[in-house]
Amino acid sequence: MQLGIMTIGDVTQDPTTGTTPTEHERIKATVEIAKKAEDIGLDVFATGQHHNPPFVAPGNPPTLMAYLAAQTENLILSTSTTLITTMDPVRLAEDYSYVQHLAEGRVDLMLGRGNTGPVYPWFGKDIRQGVNLAVENYNLLHRLWNEDVVNWQGKFRTPLQSFTSTPRPLDGVAPFVWHGSIRTPEIAEQAAYYGDGFFHNNIFWNKEHTAQMINLYRERYEHYGHGKAEQAIVGLGGQFFMRQKTQDAWREFRPYFDNAPVYGHGPTLEEFTDQTPLTVGSPQEVLEKTLSFREYAGDYQRQLFLVDHAGLPLKTVLEQLDMFGEQVLPELRKEYAASHNPEVPEAPVHPRVAEARTVQEGEHHA
Amino acid sequence: MRKATLVVVTAGLSEPSSTALLGERIADSVLARLRSEAHEVEVETVSLRSLAHGIADYMTMGFPSGEVGRALDTVRSADALIAVTPTFKAGYTGLFKSFWDLTDDDDLVGVPTIVAATGGTARHSLVIESSLRPLFAYLHADVVPTGVFAATDDFGADDSLQHRIDRAGAELADRIAWKLGGEHPGESDPVTAEPEPASPSLAGGNGLPPLKVTPFEDLLNG
Repeated sequence: MQLGIMTIGDVTQDPTTGTTPTEHERIKATVEIAKKAEDIGLDVFATGQHHNPPFVAPGNPPTLMAYLAAQTENLILSTSTTLITTMDPVRLAEDYSYVQHLAEGRVDLMLGRGNTGPVYPWFGKDIRQGVNLAVENYNLLHRLWNEDVVNWQGKFRTPLQSFTSTPRPLDGVAPFVWHGSIRTPEIAEQAAYYGDGFFHNNIFWNKEHTAQMINLYRERYEHYGHGKAEQAIVGLGGQFFMRQKTQDAWREFRPYFDNAPVYGHGPTLEEFTDQTPLTVGSPQEVLEKTLSFREYAGDYQRQLFLVDHAGLPLKTVLEQLDMFGEQVLPELRKEYAASHNPEVPEAPVHPRVAEARTVQEGEHHA
Repeated sequence: MRKATLVVVTAGLSEPSSTALLGERIADSVLARLRSEAHEVEVETVSLRSLAHGIADYMTMGFPSGEVGRALDTVRSADALIAVTPTFKAGYTGLFKSFWDLTDDDDLVGVPTIVAATGGTARHSLVIESSLRPLFAYLHADVVPTGVFAATDDFGADDSLQHRIDRAGAELADRIAWKLGGEHPGESDPVTAEPEPASPSLAGGNGLPPLKVTPFEDLLNG
């Protein structure tokens, strides 16, 4: 089980103090948060991609990933998400391969279509072609990574003849790809077709819907012959805010929830925690609710939490991560290990990452 | 032959509501007509007043909560529909529109439908043509030619309202009877002949429509 955090890089006013970080502060905070993720023993840090305020997630995530690769040792650097619709697949192949080399293989990525409509016209694309762009662009990206010389012709970009994308993926192994989608069955189908991972970012969704999408992906994964449905590679989102005492967590988090750009001024915190993966409470409650996700998602391989949003100050975010590392993570790993179905594989990592882990574990036992 | 489901969606806000009452009277008329032809129909009523909070939550949260989900499932599984709203500010009410905004574009395709409205005076009666018909035309519902508008005065006047109700009711009943297979009961059942989703895990429910699968080769070939 890979555990980690994901960020959307929102620059949001802290509703309790009225302070808004500068873009520079927010970007540097993102780096601190990623380093903290490594310190507490998380496996993954994933950055969003944004092209509009109030976000400072990078427009091209490998810039941040390369910097983090130099600042960390073990963390897998990923995205949440990389826009497969508006980016040139040739540049994706090149940039993600490059950062994969720098990071000794500690790179994967999650593809998405984006949630801001005008990004399509800003990059000269037609939003009505969103799914078709995702299908064609990924087909080309997949070929660029897996075939040395590509001759290709499609609808959305200029044809390629005798084209070799460089650098080639590290040791000939392409970065693992997750396909992120909340409600588009075609994307679940795409993930299943290639035998790639499927990430359902369920943080604003109820479990019935999440289960429906995951079941679709699992069933089609088996249909395309990659393994049994329960062996498919599934990732989920999550959110938590904790304090030692449940009521302290609720009191402190409520103003952030009530004013959050996405769900603020809508449902109550009570309704939202009841119906979505958001947990507000004690470390024990975070542990229990996180473990309960398997009841509707099955044994899955990646759990990413959103912790640095809605104007929460950096200090609070780092505290949250420290608490998670000390009081939730060890128990969570123990529970996952104890109940793990041996037939369900872990999420694929680059062979160099797998080897480094084996060496580390060996040192631990020695 | 199975029972058909006639769903009444009413956006009346008061209790008791003349809008809900109009919906009931239209449903009764449809039932009377179908019973005389020995068709079995069951009526389900969705009252939007009690769903107002849930409808707003769905809009801000992005997914349906319990009761709104069930109401959307009910509408999605309807064999025929009666949609009735008060007239506010020269149109249907915001609550009425908000509910239909939450349905999927495919939910009402071909569903026989009566559109009906209440209003303070007969001066609002074109609300049927100017506001309700365009909405249900967009949703591709099979709206019957007669719409029913009831002004407050109609509830204390001669039987002209009942006449309009029965005319619309007959038009809807005929469509339901046709859907149910008419003179060949038990032999074929066009209502249940709709294909079931390919597998249970793709089914909808809890307010969510079923998921349709397009095989990836088809997607790749554009």
